[in-house]
Amino acid sequence: MTDSKYFTTTKKGEIFELKAELNSDKKEKKKEAVKKVIASMTVGKDVSALFPDVVNCMQTDNLELKKLVYLYLMNYAKSQPDMAIMAVNTFVKDCEDPNPLIRALAVRTMGCIRVDKITEYLCEPLRKCLKDEDPYVRKTAAVCVAKLHDINAQLVEDQGFLDTLKDLISDSNPMVVANAVAALSEIAESHPNSNLLDLNPQSINKLLTALNECTEWGQIFILDCLANYAPRDDRESQSICERVTPRLSHANSAVVLSAVKVLMKFMEMLPKDLDYYGTLLKKLAPPLVTLLSAEPELQYVALRNINLIVQKRPEILKHEMKVFFVKYNDPIYVKLEKLDIMIRLASQANIAQVLAELKEYATEVDVDFVRKAVRAIGRCAIKVEQSAERCVSTLLDLIQTKVNYVVQEAIVVIKDIFRKYPNKYESVIATLCENLDSLDEPEARAAMIWIVGEYAERIDNADELLESFLEGFHDESTQVQLQLLTAIVKLFLKKPTETQELVQQVLSLATQDSDNPDLRDRGYIYWRLLSTDPVAAKEVVLAEKPLISEETDLIEPTLLEELICHIGTLASVYHKPPSAFVEGSRGVMHKRLPARTGSGESTESPDVGTIAGGSGTETAPSIIPSQGDLLGDLLNLDLAPPTTTGPPPPTSGMQMGGMDLLGGGLDSLLGGDIGGSAAMGAGFGAVPAVMPASLNAPMGGGLGDLFDLGGGVGMPLGAYIPPKTVWLPAMKAKGLEISGTFARRAGVIQMELTLTNKAMSVMTDFAIQFNRNSFGLAPAGPLQVLSPLSPNQTIEVSLPLSTVGPVMKMEPLNNLQVAVKNNIDVFYFSCQYPISMLFVEDGKMERQVFLATWKDIPNENESQFQIKDCHLNSDAASNKLQASNIFTIAKRTVEGQDMLYMSIKLSNGIWVLAELRVQTGNPNYTDLEISVKCRAPEVSQCVFQCCEAVLKN
Amino acid sequence: MIGGLFIYNHKGEVLISRVYRDDIGNRRHAVDAFRVNVIHARQQVRSPVTNIARTSFFHVKRSNIWLAAVTKQNVNAAMVFEFLYKMCDVMAAYFGKISEENIKNNFVLIYELLDEILDFGYPQNSETGALKTFITQQGIKGQHQTKEEQSQITSQVTGQIGWRREGIKYRRNELFLDVLESVNLLMSPQGQVLSAHVSGRVVMKSYLSGMPECKFGMNDKIVIDKAGKGGVTDDVAKSTTGKQSIAIDDCTFNQCVRLSKFDSERSISFIPPDGEYELMRYRTTKDIILPFRVIPLVREVGRTKLEVKVVIKSNFKPSLLAQKIEVRIPTPLNTSGVQVICMKGKAKYKASENAIVWKIKRMAGMKESQISAEIELLPTNDKKKWARPPISMNFEVPFAPSGLKVRYLKVFESKLNYSDHDVIKWVRYIGRSGIYETRC
Repeated sequence: MTDSKYFTTTKKGEIFELKAELNSDKKEKKKEAVKKVIASMTVGKDVSALFPDVVNCMQTDNLELKKLVYLYLMNYAKSQPDMAIMAVNTFVKDCEDPNPLIRALAVRTMGCIRVDKITEYLCEPLRKCLKDEDPYVRKTAAVCVAKLHDINAQLVEDQGFLDTLKDLISDSNPMVVANAVAALSEIAESHPNSNLLDLNPQSINKLLTALNECTEWGQIFILDCLANYAPRDDRESQSICERVTPRLSHANSAVVLSAVKVLMKFMEMLPKDLDYYGTLLKKLAPPLVTLLSAEPELQYVALRNINLIVQKRPEILKHEMKVFFVKYNDPIYVKLEKLDIMIRLASQANIAQVLAELKEYATEVDVDFVRKAVRAIGRCAIKVEQSAERCVSTLLDLIQTKVNYVVQEAIVVIKDIFRKYPNKYESVIATLCENLDSLDEPEARAAMIWIVGEYAERIDNADELLESFLEGFHDESTQVQLQLLTAIVKLFLKKPTETQELVQQVLSLATQDSDNPDLRDRGYIYWRLLSTDPVAAKEVVLAEKPLISEETDLIEPTLLEELICHIGTLASVYHKPPSAFVEGSRGVMHKRLPARTGSGESTESPDVGTIAGGSGTETAPSIIPSQGDLLGDLLNLDLAPPTTTGPPPPTSGMQMGGMDLLGGGLDSLLGGDIGGSAAMGAGFGAVPAVMPASLNAPMGGGLGDLFDLGGGVGMPLGAYIPPKTVWLPAMKAKGLEISGTFARRAGVIQMELTLTNKAMSVMTDFAIQFNRNSFGLAPAGPLQVLSPLSPNQTIEVSLPLSTVGPVMKMEPLNNLQVAVKNNIDVFYFSCQYPISMLFVEDGKMERQVFLATWKDIPNENESQFQIKDCHLNSDAASNKLQASNIFTIAKRTVEGQDMLYMSIKLSNGIWVLAELRVQTGNPNYTDLEISVKCRAPEVSQCVFQCCEAVLKN
Repeated sequence: MIGGLFIYNHKGEVLISRVYRDDIGNRRHAVDAFRVNVIHARQQVRSPVTNIARTSFFHVKRSNIWLAAVTKQNVNAAMVFEFLYKMCDVMAAYFGKISEENIKNNFVLIYELLDEILDFGYPQNSETGALKTFITQQGIKGQHQTKEEQSQITSQVTGQIGWRREGIKYRRNELFLDVLESVNLLMSPQGQVLSAHVSGRVVMKSYLSGMPECKFGMNDKIVIDKAGKGGVTDDVAKSTTGKQSIAIDDCTFNQCVRLSKFDSERSISFIPPDGEYELMRYRTTKDIILPFRVIPLVREVGRTKLEVKVVIKSNFKPSLLAQKIEVRIPTPLNTSGVQVICMKGKAKYKASENAIVWKIKRMAGMKESQISAEIELLPTNDKKKWARPPISMNFEVPFAPSGLKVRYLKVFESKLNYSDHDVIKWVRYIGRSGIYETRC
């Protein structure tokens, strides 16, 4: 007897019959009926009407029947919440069953019933099951917490399940540990800021122990969780790597890839000269190659990941070119990916082999694959100069085959080769021209026209060729039209006598008969240029072109870093950040690779990515993402007293601690070989690198005093910059998301913005305006968004601000109303800036003046504040404040209290005086008291807030 | 994590549908989206992962059955595919071939399995050995178990040795080791090896009592060299193998093998699952014995005729015999007729496969054989030249082309009264062709 018969009951009145059978007295008949119901459910019939009858079958000691009823319940409970309550009793009873399998089954199923009323009843049984004596029940209950959290997060927190779950990480059973880790990781993802997982060396050790013992799936959960940990220093990083590497020999490819992810991430922290670093690199190659003998679907996942790994660390697989050769029977998706990796690995050493392969592929059947192979030959030519000649001759051979799409593709890439190696291969133009008629794709036509125009002086009949294209001008695509216009103008500039008529014809076609504004504009520009100043026209149109870059299709470095953190996951398959395809808050948190830290220094912050390099010459981070935000982190750091970077130069800007100084310092220290000097510049926006020198003057005096006061304080800190917050959510601005912060760098106030395009269309024409505000802040220049912002792209802009704009008092004082415009609409938002931005560098008052002013300001203008839980001594506090232009003028110690007297000058000339009391004698008393005096008492509150923010960060 | 799992037949009808998470939305929509965009897609599927309306679908196909996993999250993609393969293995272990009929016949069982091995989209223990102790087609075992039996089941399912149960007893302790290799080759028409590798598997069938501790040794270069340096030379390895040792590029192990021990000492120790399983996989690329060499000669005589001559040479000890030899010579699509002459075996032109298939039952080492064919072509005006797919070969040889030799497999069971000597051990080597191609 088989089950397939249940699929074939399609009679009318079926539901009625089933109802009767379900209520039958005979057990067998009941079971048969439930099976029929499940079969109907599977094929998509609505059997929800049978709900009460099916639930009635639940009270049974037949496990198979029970499971079927549960399956039904999971499907229909949501549509019949009131009736679902009927099932609760059985669940609660089952959770007490002596058989652990039944207890687990009950708690597992109960979690899948997403009905509020049921979840209430679930809490007690779940609590018991989490502490059940049987590991099978505990591991099921651990997952159930994640289920419940998905339904009602608040309930889970209120009931304290999260703590119980955390305890399970120390469970004696490895599978319980693995499931608890999986559940916690998932819950933590929806609370990006909660420190739920709280990974520390002890818990990591537990995970690593469980790793050796649990199932393959459990190993994946644990490795994926480990990847989110940020080791404190290179030693810890190395020891974790050592314990993870054995996983590379696991038969499960997902275990291997997750282990690769952990290693790729933690490797960032290892010093490159370490022997272990080299060993690790060598260990990574074989397992990656082995992944290619897995089933094709897994091969595809592996190849997409290898593509990332090869971009990040080309050295790992540089000798493994052969394994990426395409096999005749590979599925097309595997073939295309292999081809991509072959090009990335192509080098002078292996280019001969690669070319021979590519030529072979160009004769295959699949059109996409062939095109890509042809294109790849061109890319090899551009990448490996020595091979260019051979590539060109291979391409010419392919053109001779006369296969239409091969020829077109070849012409497109030959154009690029001309760009890369000017005046070298133009002898082939004649051959190209022979194929003019067969070109029917816009890209190929445009490429060919470009070639004709560019080398018009060497092609005798260039005018005839171009004229032939001109006949169907209006039927061409824009790409071709633009190219044709330019080519004919070039031709005219090179052979003015014969082609006057032609150029007039194309100019009138472009300007008068075309609807395309781009084309018209370009036409007019040429026309005017030619008519007013032909010499200038020549310089413009025939200007020398910049060389094209060698590597194309590279993933942008910040994205690459993020994707490396997602090895093995869908993000790595799509080559897109999770936020691009995951809805809601999950996975939106951006992950970053850790930077290196020397083991000698300790950093406090445990968050991923915020740990940045120390300050030594050697330990400076070897990778600096081109985004400015890491730099922010770098400077926000509590740098421990410097592990000396050589004797501090007495007048050097290095010791002065402004942000830009550190930047400049790093730059000069490393002689630019950090590969990030340009990127650093970008991070600073408009701040030029020469800033240190100009800054010496205003800050020098203060610095001297500072050292007097502190008595040999270490390196001063960077000014406080609040973390970026979202000012304008994408929901409110048709897909444009703006987050940002403010910073004062080298005396320039900057608004640092991150613009993200979450819409489907490209955004252009950005502009920004401020409403009148308390301190007259206004943009000092236009918003520099030069290139259009494509969907899912993010850019960082920094906008210098001036304080000479119109003034109007705002509530609160530091409120700023902003309007941002783009091609879609105008959006408004308001944000608050830390007032410390407005503190100017020459805000240090003479002692005498300070005393006089303090007395002069009436006492009712004095406000007092407390800063709770601040573990700073007076020197450290003074240093921190100093970095934000809050200057300490004098220090006094009275009865175990340090009194610091400080002055601040705002950009509009208002002076603020402050007195800070620090308890030095009593370590338990960690509150600071601050009194602020100012002629304009409104600012006191803001000043206090900002002092607190500075001191606490 | 995995939001749902669907199984379809070739027509796109759903046979099994299990939803684990609400985020994938309406079940019907998800089911239909995959059917419309993948199963019924007009073009050939270009990727095993498809994103439809911000929902990702992973699929694998077994004969004409589609398995699709659905998710809305950034899941571990490698894990999802591994799980789908595992699901196929589990189903096959329960009811044999994965076919529409078998799935319909066992749909209750499949739902039960899906409930057990995937919880809220997280894969759980999926070892068939363990599953079969409590998920049975009778489904009523639950009631008749004693408390001890129940806790034994749960501790096995969740335990460190989830793949083996306690208390296994055999009258005769016996084990079979199969070294199965597939040798892959891509050769240029001129006889230059473009790429060659062996991917091998060691498959073990163990019928051992108790909880035996096993140690497996082979002529791994790293181990032999280490032993040699230590002054202990292994006579067995020297006398039984022509080559002393082989360089293994990489190997992966069944989850029973203690990986940390392999990493530190390169020794392979484990407690084996009962019955048949794959102990390890490995890959070698150095010093491979290529059992056959194919020498093609294709000549185009005018536009309507091709002359093909193919010589195969066997390259192993004359005392050994290769079996099931098959050479597949592709022919152009516009072939109208073929005349074949071969010295040995049988050759036939198969129009439906666009190939001449030449079969030889047996062939000894160090021999050669030849086939020549005249192919008549219909004149076409197709400009594109024939792509000339490579000539491929299939065979089976009774040795390991990588040179791998099993040195020992020691069995220790301290609690029961049998020793390593009492275990009957069988070792067999089979080399098969993987993708064995010569371009022409």
